[in-house]
Amino acid sequence: MKTPVVLDSVEPPRRTLAPLVWQLISFALFFSLWELAGRWPISFAFPPFSKTLMALLRMIADGSLAKAYLTTLQPLIIGIALSSVVGIGFGIAMGLSRSVEWFSLPIFIVLQAAPMAAIIPLITYMYGIGITSKVLAVVVLAAPVIVMNAYKGIRNTHPSLIQMCRAFLGTRRQEVVKIILPHASALIFAGLRLGLAMGFIGIVIAELLITPTGIGDLITYSSSVADYPEMFAAITSIIVFAALTIHALERLERKLFPPEIRGLENAG
Amino acid sequence: MPVDAIVEVKEVGKIYDGVVEALTGINLALPEGKLSTLLGPSGCGKTTLLKIIAGLISPSRGEVWVKGQRVDGPGPERAFVFQDFALLPWANVLRNVAFGLELRGTSKEDRQEIARKHIAEVGLKSFESSYPHQLSGGMRQRVGLARALAVDADIILMDEPFSSVDEQTRRKFQEELLDLLRHKKITVIFVTHSIEEAAYLSDQIVLLSPRPGTISKIIQPDIDRQGKNPDEIRRDKNYLDTVDEIWQILKHYV
Repeated sequence: MKTPVVLDSVEPPRRTLAPLVWQLISFALFFSLWELAGRWPISFAFPPFSKTLMALLRMIADGSLAKAYLTTLQPLIIGIALSSVVGIGFGIAMGLSRSVEWFSLPIFIVLQAAPMAAIIPLITYMYGIGITSKVLAVVVLAAPVIVMNAYKGIRNTHPSLIQMCRAFLGTRRQEVVKIILPHASALIFAGLRLGLAMGFIGIVIAELLITPTGIGDLITYSSSVADYPEMFAAITSIIVFAALTIHALERLERKLFPPEIRGLENAG
Repeated sequence: MPVDAIVEVKEVGKIYDGVVEALTGINLALPEGKLSTLLGPSGCGKTTLLKIIAGLISPSRGEVWVKGQRVDGPGPERAFVFQDFALLPWANVLRNVAFGLELRGTSKEDRQEIARKHIAEVGLKSFESSYPHQLSGGMRQRVGLARALAVDADIILMDEPFSSVDEQTRRKFQEELLDLLRHKKITVIFVTHSIEEAAYLSDQIVLLSPRPGTISKIIQPDIDRQGKNPDEIRRDKNYLDTVDEIWQILKHYV
């Protein structure tokens, strides 16, 4: 894309290496402290970093980690897909229609604020210990934030853009398709990212609370046989996996919806 | 009142939320092919009146007639230029200017051709593929003006179009606007709170008094702009007298 005379040109980044160096130092320090704490030892059940890392490599090598993730990701992906379709649809409907808004906004505000993990035992009671319950656990945690973001995205459309559309004889349909939805798309995407973050929490809780499967099984089993390095390796792996996935989505989001195009800046 | 009024405002009043009276008893005829200004201090309802004429706000009382037809919404003979530009941040200049035509279902080829013509007209030829955030305030408003010109309306309604651009850009823009209109048969209704701007641009100035907005005076400045450069106009005796006359009235409302 050619960009003629960019007025608010950004200064070229100087010494881009610096932040990376600091981040590496931060990680190194964290792992060193972990190593020290493990060797001291804080507790019999707290393994040093080196042993955890070895256990992790062992689990990667013998395929047990990959197998666990395959099991864990299934209900997560189904749950997120379900929450996305239903949640975005519902959020858009709430944003566009006053009656849907009045009818359901209070429910979603409560759902978003409530500690939804508390519902998981109830889900188990109703749907048993199969994959359905785990999918539902993901949905229950992920859906509210997806709905609320889609709703806010629709509702926050700049009023003067809507007025502009009407002044130039746009129909309500055009208003929705050409103004409101493009305007909301960035917030909807952000909702999906936040929903996935909640989904990770949901699936881990489900695998620990409902029946141990996948990564939850690795954690529960290794803890029951006192193989603490393996237990910590499993925990660390899911934390790192979730963090990296969310981070990648965040970068994609910034690429797809740069803030100045989102219209968050100066009315546009 | 001139016989060739293109917009007639009859007994218009507006009450917001049943209590706030923004406008009352407005009667007005706006001449075709001329530039009329609605001028007044903040709170005099000038933007409300403009949006009622645009069909964006419905009046609580009275009615507006445009080209012999009663207004009950926006129409193809009117185009609007917004104070905050109201450009699509995710669309480039070309699409923004063509947007009015896009809404009307004009084919992509046709609307881009028309848009290009008007982009050149407002002096943004090399910026067709730029996005609004890459442009200055003055340039963004040129895009807003080009969008209004592109739909080929008889009347362009401008809501304080220069209020968010700096003074130099504002003057330049005013001069260019006059230049542009000299060659077109467009009626312009212009809202401003700047006395100088109103006197400089207008064929007719409608002075509004605040709370509730009523017409306090209509002035038709007799400034001969033909063949004069902007600085000569700003030193013209009639221009200076008009500025003074308006100030003598408006200072009572401040």
